[in-house]
Amino acid sequence: MIDLNRNTQPEIKLVSKINLHQPEVVHLQNEIPVYLINTGTQDLVKIEFIFNAGNRYEKEVLVSRFSNKMLKEGTKNFSSNEIAEKIDYYGAHLQCSSEKDNAYVTLYCLNKHLEKILPVIEEVIFKPVFPEKELQILKQNQKQEFIVNSEKVKYVASWNFNELLFGKDHPYGRLITGEDFENVDLPKLVNFHKETYRVDKCKIIIAGKIPNNLVELLNKHIGIYGSSNYNMNTGEFSIKSEQEQNKHIKRDNAIQSAVRIGKILFNKKHPDFMKLKVLNTILGGYFGSRLMTNIREEKGYTYGIGSVLISLQQSGYFFITSEVGADVTQNAIDEIYKEISKLQENRIPETELNLVKNYMLGSFLRSIDGPFALSESLRGLIEYDLHNNFYENFINIIQNISTEELRSLACKYFDKDSLYELRVGR
Amino acid sequence: MIDFDKFELDNGLKVIVHKDTSTPIVAVNILYDVGARDEDPAKTGFAHLFEHLMFGGSVNIPKYDVPLEKAGGENNAFTNNDITNYYLTIPKQNLELAFWLESDRMLDLAFSDRSLEVQRNVVIEEFKQSYLNQPYGDVWLLLKPLAYKVHPYQWSTIGKEISHIENARMQDVKAFYNKYYNPDNAIMTIAGDIRMKDIEMLANKWFAPINSAKTPARNLPMEPIQKEERKLEVKRDVPFDAIYKAYHMCARTDKDYYATDLLSDILSNGNSSRLFNRLIKEKRLFSELHAYISGDIDNGLFIIDGKLVKGKKMEEAENAINKEIEIITKQTVENDELQKVKNKIESSLEFSEMNVLDKAMNLSYSELLGDAGLINHEKLKYQAVTEKQLLRSAQEVFRQDNCSTLYYYAI
Repeated sequence: MIDLNRNTQPEIKLVSKINLHQPEVVHLQNEIPVYLINTGTQDLVKIEFIFNAGNRYEKEVLVSRFSNKMLKEGTKNFSSNEIAEKIDYYGAHLQCSSEKDNAYVTLYCLNKHLEKILPVIEEVIFKPVFPEKELQILKQNQKQEFIVNSEKVKYVASWNFNELLFGKDHPYGRLITGEDFENVDLPKLVNFHKETYRVDKCKIIIAGKIPNNLVELLNKHIGIYGSSNYNMNTGEFSIKSEQEQNKHIKRDNAIQSAVRIGKILFNKKHPDFMKLKVLNTILGGYFGSRLMTNIREEKGYTYGIGSVLISLQQSGYFFITSEVGADVTQNAIDEIYKEISKLQENRIPETELNLVKNYMLGSFLRSIDGPFALSESLRGLIEYDLHNNFYENFINIIQNISTEELRSLACKYFDKDSLYELRVGR
Repeated sequence: MIDFDKFELDNGLKVIVHKDTSTPIVAVNILYDVGARDEDPAKTGFAHLFEHLMFGGSVNIPKYDVPLEKAGGENNAFTNNDITNYYLTIPKQNLELAFWLESDRMLDLAFSDRSLEVQRNVVIEEFKQSYLNQPYGDVWLLLKPLAYKVHPYQWSTIGKEISHIENARMQDVKAFYNKYYNPDNAIMTIAGDIRMKDIEMLANKWFAPINSAKTPARNLPMEPIQKEERKLEVKRDVPFDAIYKAYHMCARTDKDYYATDLLSDILSNGNSSRLFNRLIKEKRLFSELHAYISGDIDNGLFIIDGKLVKGKKMEEAENAINKEIEIITKQTVENDELQKVKNKIESSLEFSEMNVLDKAMNLSYSELLGDAGLINHEKLKYQAVTEKQLLRSAQEVFRQDNCSTLYYYAI
């Protein structure tokens, strides 16, 4: 038998070259750009329609969400039931979602059923009628879901933290109340749809094993619609953060507290954003991060803790988030600040930085692996009008950033006095 | 269709190899045939606690995660009633590192008191986060012991109660490891741009030297047929009333499994399903309502659960569910409706073969059920279900005296 030395780790070969697939771009006859990621092994596709129809463009809360969710609840030629019946019959999956900036209509479908399903998608996007009866049901059920989530410390923390950072009048920060659901009505939805689900603001991403006739089919169902000339809300708002940087929302029966600590930063177009991604990974962006190691693996205060860097079209923010035992909440918060101070006071050891660099490169490789993951990653570029060289540059940053540069970033951006702190619990 | 090769080492470790050249990532999945059902009733939550300890260092490697992260890899694990499943993905050039890591923790763990103490706390926080600090979070802790009186599915994976986790001792931990973490109790699947002969070489190099120990055969008590309807009422500080109905159903490998699964799709998969259409949209009794099967290996549960619309009465809501149950046990399903749920299954099976990790997990699990090749017959088994079988399965499952109902009232 071979002499096996288990104490010696097999040699690691670094990820040095990453082949980033370049999507093919075509335009429908009405100029909608279509990004084709034709890399699949299965005979199916994901087709994602992107519109500038997120919270940023609504005048009142919930209008973006309801106009998006109501798209499949009845159109000029199909009832809500007929739409559901067709989608289900062909084993397709139609997902409507709206976020802070954009809203999405995403279809997952086997190629062999595309011809049957695209006429439904055409109606859903361009001819919704927002039936009153369906709206009443959706309002009632969404409101109940909201009330249930209001009982969860994690949700309460997430909503209120955004209000702290962006202010109560900013669409990124506005809070929702139960009564807001009553104020959603048909004219608001019809108007919002006219203003925002428009050809001149639409982008389409297709990923999978793309059949030859798909672009032709899209031209037939989507390419025939012209641009609208309705005025659209510019979606630009000024940020007025709350004065009070520390907030405690009392929940006397909570046995864990939700904690968020963070601040407003900037989006991915800022030259420091990707560098901060590296720092954020070290602090709380992977299982072996400083926060996980200290607060979960050494202290056992929590099941999980992490930090996140979010990019938005008009801004960006950073936060640390966790749910921690009620009796150790203050200890956990103290440890979080200690970990931040350490990043400011000492250079990160080279071995740790090397580990994180390798981890991030592997992680990047996973984020572009397979057509669906690749489409998510490329969407992150397309929505910001960025190109593949953005990720090439990111890889360059990961490979070359130094421990001193990271220390100075920590001083510059994670100054304790600039951080907002929210706890929801006892 | 997923092609694969399979071999077994002398110590009993089963190895499955699937080649997919479309990706630079390799997935390695190791399934250990041990879950919450194998626990001592006085020491529940142990399989899951143990999953945490598997990351606390093995005999030659002080920290599992560090070398893996250094190699650009990522990993996680989960425990359920039946299995404990560990998985990782890694750039293909570093595949041998995965063999080094996984074989060392199959060989022997480091067992530190410190790691045990910390992971007990972490799991207790997980218990609080997922089961106690959430509205409706304790439902499973109530429903499972109502439905199961004898079989170990009566407790949840997290454990019956926090004290069982607090009381876990090092000697219990070591005994558990020695009993279950043996090569003959594991199924390893590797999927990616790999060659069979390389995998054979690596498996022989790293896993073959691990001593074989015979894992004892499982001998669990069968849950007796339920002969009387069971009901439990609780009052909780939640915003809306909710109802949970659990019916006993067949085992995962039973021939009726596929028909029973399709029944749950007819009732509640998609916005055109019966429960969604009639009870959420037409009658507006529920704000949400689901029907699904637990999918356990031994005899499992068919569950219907829903939250009531504010102001609606529990009795009216339950009657409406019972009426749908009555229809599905008395009237044959129309051909189109059956075709619809079959189409949905075909589609979801196709979407589940999109990446190497999903494929690796599914192959290991199919092998546990008897043969990795089962994965390629699932579609046909669903396609073969007839209207008659559906009716018979519905009549089998939806007997009133086979049902346990939890009435969860808002204070």
